[in-house]
Amino acid sequence: MRTQSDKADAAAADAHPRIDPATVVGWGVDADPDNDPTWPMRDRSQDDGPGMNWARPPVQDTDVEILQSVEHRRRPAAVGTSTPPAGLSGSVRRQAFRLSESQWGHWLLLILADRINTVEGLFQDIRRGRMPNPLVEMGVVPQSRSREAAAGTVALFAIGVMAGVLLLRRRR
Amino acid sequence: MLAMDYRGPRRVRIEEKPMPTIQHPRDAIVRVTRSCICGSDLHLYHGMVPDTRVGMTFGHEFCGVVEEVGDDVSNLSKGDRVLVPFNIACGQCHFCKQGLFGNCHESNAQATAVGGIFGYSHTAGGYDGGQAEYVRVPYADFGPTLIPEWMDPDDAVLLTDVVPTGYQAAEMGGIQKGDTVVVFGAGPVGLLAARCAWLFGAGRVIVIDHHEYRLDFARSYCPAEVYDFREIGDPVVFLKKATNGLGADVCIDAVGADASGNGWHTMFGKKLKLEAGSAVPLHWAINSVKKGGVVSIVGVYGPTGNMVPIGNVVNKGITIRANQASVKRLLPRLIDHVKEGRIDPKAIITHRMPLEEVAEAYHLFSSKLDGCIKPVLIPNAA
Repeated sequence: MRTQSDKADAAAADAHPRIDPATVVGWGVDADPDNDPTWPMRDRSQDDGPGMNWARPPVQDTDVEILQSVEHRRRPAAVGTSTPPAGLSGSVRRQAFRLSESQWGHWLLLILADRINTVEGLFQDIRRGRMPNPLVEMGVVPQSRSREAAAGTVALFAIGVMAGVLLLRRRR
Repeated sequence: MLAMDYRGPRRVRIEEKPMPTIQHPRDAIVRVTRSCICGSDLHLYHGMVPDTRVGMTFGHEFCGVVEEVGDDVSNLSKGDRVLVPFNIACGQCHFCKQGLFGNCHESNAQATAVGGIFGYSHTAGGYDGGQAEYVRVPYADFGPTLIPEWMDPDDAVLLTDVVPTGYQAAEMGGIQKGDTVVVFGAGPVGLLAARCAWLFGAGRVIVIDHHEYRLDFARSYCPAEVYDFREIGDPVVFLKKATNGLGADVCIDAVGADASGNGWHTMFGKKLKLEAGSAVPLHWAINSVKKGGVVSIVGVYGPTGNMVPIGNVVNKGITIRANQASVKRLLPRLIDHVKEGRIDPKAIITHRMPLEEVAEAYHLFSSKLDGCIKPVLIPNAA
């Protein structure tokens, strides 16, 4: 499958030739450095011209999967290694990163992955023998009363399940 | 070590996690002594920022003590007290050379539109943040700034984001002496933006919000004329009337994606997530600024799109200026302002809580309980 990057490359290859500003009549005749709405946010005195001409920092080696925007020409020298993509949410995230940042699909897939990831987190807790404790995690019950909140949550969950079962039996 | 752990929208907890390690020769490991929850952390907490992964540690406002440095870090050593700008910036790319340290091109693999930010989802680079006992700090030879001996750590931690962001909001307004400045949002950044508007010579500063306790605080802290938008009818009409029918010279959006005040934006931006958050203050700012005026945006929105009256931007000849604050650029000036007593950052701190109570702190801050303006987390190891 062609990625957004491939398509962008193809489009760039097919682009119109660049116009040399020096060939444009009147170019820069009214340029006024004092009329720069980006000052002082952008200090053009340090400008090194177009392109990625700077001396790169050393490049970080990493042993975890880093998803990368197709708009990057190369991976940035430093990367975050928190929570690499995994599971179903990871697969959705990989699909999302086939699309550019300009595509709504990119972001909507990532939001979908986030929601899947929340459910994965609950199962991950249970697999590790840890009961989800939403009342404490939502900050409604203080951390110091974590055990009571967990017991209450389990009790409420059990009551809910039992009520559901009873309701279903009655209907039958 | 203990660290905050994101579990899903509105669910966080404290968790034992592995110690961070040096992963790049320009890294440092910092022991955190203060860490704030930022209003923009609430966008993550509410599940509004795409690619916010379960298990991540938030926190981009922190200061601490250097514990370890990488081979290429020669200007810091173990034991140095540092405040760490929320932007992760290499200091040598095209954008850093121009002083745009919030737009570094060597710190975020996942997106080109924003530089790396500590603990702010993978959309901002996937770095674990400082709501923890220890944190990995990339490009430590460039970002972290030594905390002066005389400076209170509570002031230092607020210089990592809130103060520079508020200051840059006012700076981007291009405020001229005598200008009328309207700040939407009386949260921490809005308070600092209003305070700093005076430093640029504003003639009048107006703050709009709907939390009475915050408006009361703004009235004396900034100081500012304050208004509850629930009580002034259409805020745009009100502001026109308050400015002799012309509108304000400068309007600042210091709220971002979580804004209240309009059912349409609440439904599409916050509930259905079909907008990149609720753009109410931006909408009001565009419509209430004077023709030819400036709208300065520091409120954080998601990366998709928002419904705002862009036609009026054209028709009114408005200049829009926006960016993540370039903290490193502003720090020398801001440290001087704190030293000279022109800005009192720590006065906005209302809650100091142990790191272990991170879930309660988020709940307090998010639900605006107990007069919360700015919560600070203090790890045991501090």
